[in-house]
Amino acid sequence: MRTSALAAARLVLLRDLQLAFRKRSQLVQPLLFFAIVTMLFPLSISPELSRLREVAPGAIWIGALLASLLALEFLFRDDANDGTLEQYALSGQSLTWLLFAKTAAHWLLTGLPLTVIAPIAALSLGVPIGALPGILASIALGTFSLSLLGAIGAALTLGVKRGGVLLTLLTLPLALPVLIFGARATELAIEGASFAAPLYLLAAIAVLGVTLAPLAAAAAVRISLE
Amino acid sequence: MTWTWLHKLGSPPRAYALAARLTPWFAWPAALLIIAGLYGGLVLAPADYQQRDAFRIIYVHAPSAWMSLMIYTTMAVSAAIGLIWRIKVSHAVAASCAPIGASFAIAALVTGSLWGRPMWGTYWEWDPRLTSELILLFLYLGYMGLRSAMDDITRADRASAVLAIVGIVNVPIIHYSVQWWNSLHQAATVMKIAKPEMPPAMLIPLLLMLLGFTLLFFALLLVRLRGEILQRERSAGWIREAVLS
Repeated sequence: MRTSALAAARLVLLRDLQLAFRKRSQLVQPLLFFAIVTMLFPLSISPELSRLREVAPGAIWIGALLASLLALEFLFRDDANDGTLEQYALSGQSLTWLLFAKTAAHWLLTGLPLTVIAPIAALSLGVPIGALPGILASIALGTFSLSLLGAIGAALTLGVKRGGVLLTLLTLPLALPVLIFGARATELAIEGASFAAPLYLLAAIAVLGVTLAPLAAAAAVRISLE
Repeated sequence: MTWTWLHKLGSPPRAYALAARLTPWFAWPAALLIIAGLYGGLVLAPADYQQRDAFRIIYVHAPSAWMSLMIYTTMAVSAAIGLIWRIKVSHAVAASCAPIGASFAIAALVTGSLWGRPMWGTYWEWDPRLTSELILLFLYLGYMGLRSAMDDITRADRASAVLAIVGIVNVPIIHYSVQWWNSLHQAATVMKIAKPEMPPAMLIPLLLMLLGFTLLFFALLLVRLRGEILQRERSAGWIREAVLS
């Protein structure tokens, strides 16, 4: 009997989560990276909270963007090296769905933890507690879009040896809208204003990413397997 | 409807010969139009009442900026054609587009920055147009980086085609997000070129330059395309006949 596409995607998701929890150090690294990057701002700009509050949206978002990009390296590489991706492509299941499941797992393993620790980083930069819902929402949506967008870049650089830097160069320009809207939502949240507008735009980008990015990633994976 | 013409065009020897034949038909009109446009823009057109002679850099700046966008579109479309119908020449066209487009983007950035000095008092202003242009340049460089990172040419072709298509979907989003970002962060003091009633003496040279640059792009593209085809088909038999004849 043939497994349905959704059931197969669910299996891939569970497998990826299980694998990740057996290798916990890989999960912690992006978070550690994010914490260190946020720490760089007080050290390089000023320890004054009033000044830090001004740069906090940028600091948090640059940290989150770089941490998600760093984590993208692990998205496909292991599965490409041991042939799992090839089996996915040959399985007769929709590769788009399987890759979407992998990307969702990746977000659960990197984006969600980032969302959880972002408020702590924000508080350390002098952000008022009232701004935290906005930061949580924008980081959650933004990292999801970054995972989707990054999946394309990660799939494209599969055939490249030491493609890490190239992956960053390809993905960063494409990720700029997420950075702009995310930082804007955070800034508005800190000012205590309504941050709905940039959040809606982030959500629109995420929806666009859900519909198109797995298709492009699947095409890129197939190309790298040829 | 038959598609044989497309496949004929897609055969490297034919495309090579056609490119050689067409090049002068684009290069000469391009040279004439650019000379006429420059003469009209730099000599005949009256000085702007506000910007004096400084505005004349528009005759290089605006066409370059326009070309960098148009070339990106051309690149993405021909990459998509290559990806869908598996036409090698189409990939070669996309590959040849990238360095030309990047050069026009650099030209637009440099002229924009030089124009900024007398107008804004600084060489660089985080103006939405300049920022988008800079991002476009990075998109070109990323595309070229991906191509050069792959040894196998068919894979480089197909992977970079996916990137170009993703990029073209993203270009409008980037454009509008940058505009939105800028309008929030800056008072609208930066120049506005929103003057549709540009007098014909200024407008006509601009249009000539625009057309001239477009033809120049096609001429450069054909020359680069021939180089690209030669490199790809270097072990094919027809190359010897084509080059030695």
